[in-house]
Amino acid sequence: MSKIKCQCGHDNPFGTVLCEKCGRPMTEEAKKSEVVDMRYEGSARRSQTYKRSIIDKVWNFFSSVKIGVSIIVAVLVTSAIGTLFPQKFYVPVNQDSPAELLAYYERLYGFIGTIYYKLGFYDMYNSWWFKILIGMLGTSIIIASLDRVIPLYKSLKKQRTKRHASFMKRQRIYGEGRSENADSALTKAEEKLKEMKYNVKTEDGAILAEKNRFSRWGPYVNHTGLIIFLFGVLLRGIPGFYVDETMWIREGELRAIPGAPDFYLESNDFKIEYYSKEEASEVFGEALDRVGQIVKKYQTDVTLYKKKEEGLVGSSDLDVVKDYSIIVNKPLKFDGYNVFQMDYRLAELKSMTMQLIEKKTGKSFGQFTIDLDDPEGVYKLNDGAQVDLIGYYADYNGVENGEPVSKSPIPNNPAFIFEMKTPEKPKGEKSFVAIQQTLETEENAYAVKFVGADTRDISGLTIRKDKTLYILLLGGLIFMIGVIQGSYWNHRRIWVQKGENGELMLAAHTNKNWFSLKKEINAVKEYADLPNYEDRQDNESSIEQEEGEK
Amino acid sequence: MSLASLSSNLLLVSFIAYLVATLFFGGAVKGAKSESSYKNNRWGKIGIVITIIGFITHLGYFITRWMASGHAPMSNMFEFTTAFGMMLVGAFILLFFLYRTPSLGLFALPIAIIIIGYASMFPTEITPLIPALQSHWLAVHVITTVVGEAILAISAVAGLIYLLKHIDMSKPSKQRFWLEAVIFTLVLVLGFVVSSTTFKLTGYEAHFTYIDKNQAPAKIEYNYPPLFGMNGYEALTPEAMTPWAEMPAVVNAKTLTSFVWSVATGIVLYLLLRLIFRKPIASIFQPFAKKANSQLMDEIGYRSVLIGFPVFTLGALIFAMIWAHEAWSRFWGWDPKEVWALITWLFYAAFLHLRLSKGWEGKKSAWLAVIGFIIIMFNLIAVNLIIAGLHSYA
Ligand code: HEM
Repeated sequence: MSKIKCQCGHDNPFGTVLCEKCGRPMTEEAKKSEVVDMRYEGSARRSQTYKRSIIDKVWNFFSSVKIGVSIIVAVLVTSAIGTLFPQKFYVPVNQDSPAELLAYYERLYGFIGTIYYKLGFYDMYNSWWFKILIGMLGTSIIIASLDRVIPLYKSLKKQRTKRHASFMKRQRIYGEGRSENADSALTKAEEKLKEMKYNVKTEDGAILAEKNRFSRWGPYVNHTGLIIFLFGVLLRGIPGFYVDETMWIREGELRAIPGAPDFYLESNDFKIEYYSKEEASEVFGEALDRVGQIVKKYQTDVTLYKKKEEGLVGSSDLDVVKDYSIIVNKPLKFDGYNVFQMDYRLAELKSMTMQLIEKKTGKSFGQFTIDLDDPEGVYKLNDGAQVDLIGYYADYNGVENGEPVSKSPIPNNPAFIFEMKTPEKPKGEKSFVAIQQTLETEENAYAVKFVGADTRDISGLTIRKDKTLYILLLGGLIFMIGVIQGSYWNHRRIWVQKGENGELMLAAHTNKNWFSLKKEINAVKEYADLPNYEDRQDNESSIEQEEGEK
Repeated sequence: MSLASLSSNLLLVSFIAYLVATLFFGGAVKGAKSESSYKNNRWGKIGIVITIIGFITHLGYFITRWMASGHAPMSNMFEFTTAFGMMLVGAFILLFFLYRTPSLGLFALPIAIIIIGYASMFPTEITPLIPALQSHWLAVHVITTVVGEAILAISAVAGLIYLLKHIDMSKPSKQRFWLEAVIFTLVLVLGFVVSSTTFKLTGYEAHFTYIDKNQAPAKIEYNYPPLFGMNGYEALTPEAMTPWAEMPAVVNAKTLTSFVWSVATGIVLYLLLRLIFRKPIASIFQPFAKKANSQLMDEIGYRSVLIGFPVFTLGALIFAMIWAHEAWSRFWGWDPKEVWALITWLFYAAFLHLRLSKGWEGKKSAWLAVIGFIIIMFNLIAVNLIIAGLHSYA
């Protein structure tokens, strides 16, 4: 593309609005306007310049702030819809069963719930279109930033101290007037501006005072942070970067930690503590009276093991790594992994103790204990009697097709089929025993009776390893630096120039917070006796000023 | 005097100080001819001194309560709403020293007063912390978030002043309607305070059993005459009123009952005010806003978003994620409260981008600031009461 030459002799890239060097308006529009648009210093941006090919069109689409804001609003609205009813993962039903999920939404939320489910809003944040929206957001941030940052950088670097009068006159803050002694006014202004921490440059009867230019890079820094963050989120899709497993572990149990090869965990104890009135009745008594029990602590005491270096594959040759009490807010940390206390179940059956008796006399042949994790087949008792366990149903759920069935391997409702053998009945008698019921095919002479049970607690733990956390944290940090840089400082510029006939011209620009800029100009104006100026977008203040002077 | 009761007395002192300071700011605005002449007004100076005294006693309430309970007083509805009121005053003080305009105080303080009044309707006793909250991050995350939200809220105060000044209340228009609606909402909050206090003074109680969402039996106590009954309710106190209707399990009929009582009381209050003044309530406040400089209010509105946004990001997103990772094993879980923090953040990001384009100053920007405040209050209050999630421990 051809360059455009300014009257001052400078060659500007195609698409420039204000001459990079002297600031003269280059386009018809800019020439006509009373206050020139200073965004991006009137530099040539790709999106404003090239508009033909498909790539140009895509580029222009994503670089538009209007489109950017629309995408932000779209993410906002969809996120809000997702909070209308609980999301899938907070619903206490089988996550893989569409029918159960649908039934849940229907039961609780009726017709609207059904629609919510059918439209996929029940899993909003994992839906492909939500992901596409986030992708568009990222694309938009990248393209919009690239479109602006380079031209802005170039023109801010290149700006000259002395600007053409037509540039000065088109600033929002502008004033001109005769001065008794323009040169001394300029010197004084320079002095005062320096005192106010401005960078002052002079050239041939002109001053450019500039402050906080670095704040202009704030948005680009914060957008970089956002992109790094989004990139980190993307990475968790790649295996190895991210482990998220859960495990249930019973008291006394030793288990391999899912997702963490070679590490084993043993649960020594699980406990719940409650706030007691004795301990803090003065302060908390009233609250405890009102709401009842309040939990103080969920805790699992564990021992962490690691398989020995030379340990055989699959062997349990273990070294103790450490003992630890996992509580909420204090996960167990090792080797990049975190193990969290997430859930619990109290009093699961561990073992049951039974005895064999002769029904008629009530005579006992002794007791035996069934380990419900690993029920043995044969229990030898006194006087040559024995009980064979020939069927075990951990979670008995009735009889199907003549066979007892178990709903799950968890001993919620254990049932057994025993064969009882005694010297009198060496062939044995069969008996089906479940909680609260005993079934016999024929009338038996002997019976197995329940004596007692042992229970234990189970801890629900979550295992995480997240290599992306540092990337996310870095993104967050860069974002914070960027927003602070762009928000807590403003880029301010003040131009003072001697005109052709010895009059003084004063103009100023800031990217935000004009009141604060005006405060500073007033200080300089008073000290150096500069001409009055006008803020072309604030008529109230100037009227008030006049009123004040009256 | 125990620390806990010292604490509540300090809160009362600050409440009164804010009331008195409001009067002084009113005097400052009334006596002045225009922005420049009221800037250094004596009334305004006294007003800000009293405000600062109120803020210090409020801070005293916060610290003594922290000492009494051993944890940051940010763990239930009463505590974090009062803290929000306190930070709102703090944010006002900050912006007052940047721009020295009494108009801002005249509107910011009454809003803080209403918020503290609202907070006091919830159980005020000190509760021990459940395991999920036992972390230093509770203080770090919640305090930073609330400070950020309070600074953002100042932009709504400035916006409200701008709108009161610029919307013509003498002719019907859409903007007039919505401005009156905003004022009406404030009257509804008063309605809640009035009705709740009334029933508290009479000591009303009604007990029920009901069937909850997961089809388990549960108990509940109402402090208002029960207009609506919980799912499958049975009265334990038969002498109390019988509910008009039974609600499905997903609706918390108790909350709905308090809500309807508050709205009804609010409507009565509003109608009374209309009868007395015979004009839209917003126009009563209008003369107080007329003296404010529009450009200045616009700049305060923008500036407070600029100051508040980074603080909010740090507290409500970054610290929140770090804590969520410690406590719940994931830094983000799409819990409703988290999502609404994200929505708030996206909203203000949109606001900042719109301010970069032409034509979004003035009224439009003021309306956006008011909407932002509504989103913040929604997250602070409604999400806890209506949408159940991990955060609804209030
Ligand atoms: C969640 C997403 C985003 C956040 C949090 C964000 C944040 C910000 C912030 C804080 C600023 C500075 C505003 C100011 O100083 O007043 C800014 C500026 C900007 N943003 Fe974003 N932004 C986001 C997305 C986008 C998108 C999608 C676009 C695409 C068009 C975009 C384009 C811009 C532009 C062009 C600027 C102005 C740059 C300048 O003045 O030099 N942003 N952004």
